[in-house]
Amino acid sequence: MSTLAIARAARAARRSTRSRYGRTVTSVLMVIILLVFLLLLVHPGLFAHTSPLDNSDDSLAAPGGSHLFGTDQLGRDIYSRVIYGARPVLAASLGGVLLAMLAGVAIGLIGGTAPRLIRGVVMRIVDVLLALPVLLIALILIATIGAGVKSIILALGVAYTPGFARVVEASVRKLRSIEYVQAAKMFGSSGLRTAVRHLLPNLVTEVVVMVSSAVGWAVLTATTLSFLGLGVQLPNPDWGSDLAAGATSLSTAWWLSTFPGIAITVTILVANFAGDWVMTLIDPSGRRAWTRFRALGGLRTSLPEEKA
Amino acid sequence: MSFVLRRLLASIPVIIGVTIVAFLLIHLVPGDPAQAMLFGSNASPEQIDELRNQLGLTQPLWQQYFDFFGQLLHGDLGTSYVTHNSVAYELVSRTPSTLALTGTAMLVAVVIGVPLGLVAGLRPNSVVDNIARFVSFIGVAIPYFFLALLLVLVFAFHLNWLPAIDNGTSSGLILPAISLGWGYAAILTRLIRGRVIDEYRSDYVRSARGRGCSELRVLLAHVFRNSSIPAVTMIGLQFGNILTGAAVTEVIFGRAGVGSFLATSITSKNIPVVQGAIVLIGLSYILINLVVDLVVGAIDPRTQLATASA
Repeated sequence: MSTLAIARAARAARRSTRSRYGRTVTSVLMVIILLVFLLLLVHPGLFAHTSPLDNSDDSLAAPGGSHLFGTDQLGRDIYSRVIYGARPVLAASLGGVLLAMLAGVAIGLIGGTAPRLIRGVVMRIVDVLLALPVLLIALILIATIGAGVKSIILALGVAYTPGFARVVEASVRKLRSIEYVQAAKMFGSSGLRTAVRHLLPNLVTEVVVMVSSAVGWAVLTATTLSFLGLGVQLPNPDWGSDLAAGATSLSTAWWLSTFPGIAITVTILVANFAGDWVMTLIDPSGRRAWTRFRALGGLRTSLPEEKA
Repeated sequence: MSFVLRRLLASIPVIIGVTIVAFLLIHLVPGDPAQAMLFGSNASPEQIDELRNQLGLTQPLWQQYFDFFGQLLHGDLGTSYVTHNSVAYELVSRTPSTLALTGTAMLVAVVIGVPLGLVAGLRPNSVVDNIARFVSFIGVAIPYFFLALLLVLVFAFHLNWLPAIDNGTSSGLILPAISLGWGYAAILTRLIRGRVIDEYRSDYVRSARGRGCSELRVLLAHVFRNSSIPAVTMIGLQFGNILTGAAVTEVIFGRAGVGSFLATSITSKNIPVVQGAIVLIGLSYILINLVVDLVVGAIDPRTQLATASA
């Protein structure tokens, strides 16, 4: 081995330890940030000592002093409203994605394994839903079932289901022809048993990747819906509806809308970072990058094939 | 040619499905359509029954759907509960405004995203690349309705350069288009950057250089051409989201378009308008994806073969 080659090998080794160290730091930071968000969801009182509904005489106070983010027309503390407003947003987006994941995996398994007729009908319905934009499906559903956080969860769940179902169905179809699945079938394993014991475990990676990238989009859709007044009703705090409420006095009190808006932006940033982090953990080569775009919806034929 | 034909045939069941979804909506929404139409007119129960007969609501469901579909083929989307005008007329008269916003937003996305992604991909880890990465990371995360308010705050209220509310002039289109297009510019930048870096490593680039191609030709005829395929696909996939994003942006800026019309119709339960809008948005989404497939097929003939074997 020449001196040059040794030097090159040493450099590569140093680089890989540095990147491994960097990865550990990222992981620790990511876990801490996610824990903070979890605390915001279950116990917001830890972060804010005043109630988001308390009126005070100090109305429309600018940020700073005793009110870090200022106050609104009724003297309510914006900081406290931002902290408490996290719960409906996080509950709606996480709940919606969870619902979409469960329904999507179930429908995808049916679409991949059921007899031809059922499969055809199920996947045609999925195709139709994929032809409608996510926000439109959500709006239609909320028009029929009424506004509220529960409605947003259901609407997001239905709107994101087709994306999950399509990806799961595609991988199940690929898996079905693999030898051990064929062998299981030959030894008399029933359809349901094959699906649960042999297909499901192989879908975990793909589903995790989709969930991790769908959360950021779900936060955007959930806050869009509550921005339109279809989620939490005032006076209860919520980032989307607070942003909309503050928009009317944007020229005189910029802080009313700005802080809930920053909260949404930071949440989507964290969701995207966490998604990337999960991706590098389970799939360092980045082979499944396209799955992320698939989860966003779209017609099957316009998607490029994954690189093998 | 057969590729085009096959794609056209494949979209027919989807189109029919979208019309079924739109049709079913009238039965899913709580409340009686006949009562909703006569709301506030002091109609007697007999009159409501008569209208229900007229609307065909007493007929079997499949018969109702065929009537609905037949009317659709004649371009008849029913009448609005509120204005009693033809829904088709009301939607079509608002379409140009929405198309202008959607188109300008896409233009913003392409004009910012493509050059930024190319330059960033050509020189990874350079200053430009780091700026591009920062801009696209923020761009992906910031919701367009929040960006819209920030832009209004800075450019309309503080600098007084542009109108905060759309006044029908082209300067009124600038802020809505930027706030809507920015996020997609960010996605495009990330996508193209990644592809350009990948393509530059590939064998065909080396052999093109070996043949004596100029760097500019390598960039434009080889790298850019191959990097543009996922970008075109992405634009097609995101078209539906841009369209619904345009709806929300219209509400913010007070533009009279299909989106703001749909939003008020949903809250006022003006079902025929919602049905018409579903059909219109669904059809345009299918159409755009058809065009995208054809464009991608033209840039990269291999995809035509891939769909043929599938």
